Amino acid sequence: MGYYTDLILILDSTVRLAIPLILACLAGLYSERAGIVDIGLEGKLLGSAFGAAATAAVTGSAWMGLFAGVGVALGMSAIHGIASINLKGNQTISGVALNFLAAGLTTFLGQSWFHRGGFTPQLSGDQRFGPITLPFAPELANVPVIGGLYSELISGHNILAYVAFIAVPVTAWVLFSTRFGLRLRAVGENPKALDTAGISVTLLRYQALIITAVLVGIGGTYLSIAQSAGFNNNMSAGRGYIALAALIFAKWKPWPALATCLLFGFLDALQFRLQGVQFPYIGEVPVQAIQVLPYLLTIILLAGFIGRAVAPKASGIPYTKER
Amino acid sequence: MATLTPNSEQRLNSAAALPAAIELDGINKHFGPVHANRDIHLSVTRGTVHGIVGENGAGKSTLMSILYGFYTADSGTIRVGGKAVTITDSRHALALGIGMVHQHFMLVDNFTVIENIVLGAEDSALLGRTLSKARAQLKQLATDYGLEVDPDALIEDLSVGQQQRVEILKALYRGADILILDEPTGVLTPAEADHLFRILRKLRDEGKTIILITHKLREIMAITDEVSVMRQGAMVKTLTTSQTNPGELAELMVGRRVLLRVEKGPANPGKVMLAVDKLVVTDDLGVERVKSVSFEVRAGEIVGIAGVAGNGQSELLEAISGMRDQSSGQVLVNGQPVSAFGDDGAARLREVGLAHVPEDRLRMGLVTNFLEWENAILGYQNDYGQGLGLDIGKAKAEARERIAQYDIRPANTDLKSANFSGGNQQKIVLAREMERNPDVLIVGQPTRGVDIGAIEFIHNQIIKMRDAGKAILLVSVELDEIRALSDRILVLFDGEIVGEADPATADEGELGLLMAGVHEGHEPDAAARLPEHVTPVEKTLTEMSPKTDRDIR
Repeated sequence: MGYYTDLILILDSTVRLAIPLILACLAGLYSERAGIVDIGLEGKLLGSAFGAAATAAVTGSAWMGLFAGVGVALGMSAIHGIASINLKGNQTISGVALNFLAAGLTTFLGQSWFHRGGFTPQLSGDQRFGPITLPFAPELANVPVIGGLYSELISGHNILAYVAFIAVPVTAWVLFSTRFGLRLRAVGENPKALDTAGISVTLLRYQALIITAVLVGIGGTYLSIAQSAGFNNNMSAGRGYIALAALIFAKWKPWPALATCLLFGFLDALQFRLQGVQFPYIGEVPVQAIQVLPYLLTIILLAGFIGRAVAPKASGIPYTKER
Repeated sequence: MATLTPNSEQRLNSAAALPAAIELDGINKHFGPVHANRDIHLSVTRGTVHGIVGENGAGKSTLMSILYGFYTADSGTIRVGGKAVTITDSRHALALGIGMVHQHFMLVDNFTVIENIVLGAEDSALLGRTLSKARAQLKQLATDYGLEVDPDALIEDLSVGQQQRVEILKALYRGADILILDEPTGVLTPAEADHLFRILRKLRDEGKTIILITHKLREIMAITDEVSVMRQGAMVKTLTTSQTNPGELAELMVGRRVLLRVEKGPANPGKVMLAVDKLVVTDDLGVERVKSVSFEVRAGEIVGIAGVAGNGQSELLEAISGMRDQSSGQVLVNGQPVSAFGDDGAARLREVGLAHVPEDRLRMGLVTNFLEWENAILGYQNDYGQGLGLDIGKAKAEARERIAQYDIRPANTDLKSANFSGGNQQKIVLAREMERNPDVLIVGQPTRGVDIGAIEFIHNQIIKMRDAGKAILLVSVELDEIRALSDRILVLFDGEIVGEADPATADEGELGLLMAGVHEGHEPDAAARLPEHVTPVEKTLTEMSPKTDRDIR
């Protein structure tokens, strides 16, 4: 029973840790499928986490925080869009610039607004998204096996977590069963095919960027006012990059993206769990060695175990109409 | 057949009463200082195949891009079915019933056929109904016009000919009445081209109007009802096809009488310069593509390798020039065996005096993003300066010399190679390889995608090299070219040399049979047999500009 509880607890934190990854990964999926590399996901996560926390702290409303978080991501996407779609600049450079901008600006604004060394004030109550208890969870808690699974693992997350999980089937449906999805996939593969069919490449790419911004904005908001109780410096901690790795890993498909993000979340959860544990023969493993696990696995899997991952062909290439 | 469908004159007469499918009046288009279309007048009769011929860069594609809404004309009017229209974009053109099959297909490679066809023409936000409707319509089009393609196949798995059929289906699905085809046979095998023409005839007989852009006169003669000739951006003349001939058209295209036959004296073969002994070469997948091939090329002669594309020519060329490892056998240059193994095989062969004009200038001959002078020294850059230094002054001076010698246009050493036309790019490569004074010259497809004026020049240069005592190995899929240039012809089929012929006496039909793998003691197996819809070989294997007496008449 002890082991089972342990497992449930690890799985539960797996889910919590995977949520920002899932949102960022799906966000990247929309933009890369449309042919825009978004290395700025990291910066957008950070920026919207700050925007959400700051707004929630000032207004006292988590929902206002969410609006602000998505707003910040939209603003950053607009910069990315103008640079890479209209001005046909290099998308990687524009994305890296956004990452620097977010890292510097969040610390600077945080310090000058709240005077806490870049942290926002501690949030509580309505300033955060609290857990939602699904129907019958308490009643079922004591039923063996299923009870723990339902009340601990499935129930008790906040609204943003459920949004992340719902976004996966919705994305799969949009991508493969709608007109918008067909065009989105085409614009990332061969924009000229769309242009000759009389459809605006620019408009489609902006639409993709808007969806990207909304998803990553929710992800950032989750980080600061759902998972944590406030913003702290560099709290995205490379999750944007991990999400991009997961995207490659999942070959730009929604369901594999979910699986990959959960795997990365699981490794992260395991890492927390293993800290301070005595291993036979080895003794206690230094915390840094354990923390490196998810990254190590990413490298190993990316290097050889997933086969060829072919990116959308036009990804990263600005579209020029004239020959 | 002839009694069922009207001949082209009847078609032209019966349609005369109706307004023309397309009328262009005084169309002008400038790109910066370039006057791409000058005061174009054109009338295309409904229900006919109308050819537009001209050299590369004559303005054909620009004109059609204006018609399809890709560009807007600076001045002039367009009338579609008698109504004056301003075509703003491709969607508008499609709505007017104008569909275009581009030279480079506008398909999404990892989409299925049906997804490509509905892309941009979906009925509703959800795909389900659109797809099932499209499926039914495709079946109808397939039976009506012989346009059979598996709707669920991925584009990347299809042959080029099938991909082109998808492009045609795309246009028809959108209700196109007027179909523009831009150089449709450039990428097709003769059999596929033949199939395309049967489809086009059928479309015309069903009342569609077809505009065919090409620079291949044979196609014009074979399929069009009327033909318009363009030269340097202007429309020179429109003729009824049945009342003209390739000689007249060629003259109108280049504006002077072209030398339709290569003038050359008898060969004067000397000692063996290039010897290939039991050469075996495998392709990237490990399949044997060249199977124990042996031959010799002597100084002062041109040996032509004829064959249908894909019978091992490319692998043979790459192995001899050092781009691909040899599995077994030997290549001897000037009596010395040369190893082509390793990444520097090509460099070693150049050192011993073997120059190579590759088959595909864009993939192997040039770096298209480099400037002209940079490409002019590519592979020979060590001749310009010591160690890390590069004598740019010397390189440019020599490049300028070659530009003058080979009449490369525009005469600008600092222009990106991508901005030269196909013929001029080919001249850049030829000049680079020929002017190093090699002992052996290997030339692959010297005039692929090159206009008539340049073809003549290139052929004369090759003959000049021969007369200067060089050993030349020529590989081309154009049988006319092989026959016109070679002193000896070797026929390659399925990786083996199946016959040798003297170009002066060889019968075209006989060569064709050899190329199709029919020779003594060797019946082609079923897989190697050509599909049955191939018309007589002599008709389809030669497709380019007229070069024989029979054509000029």
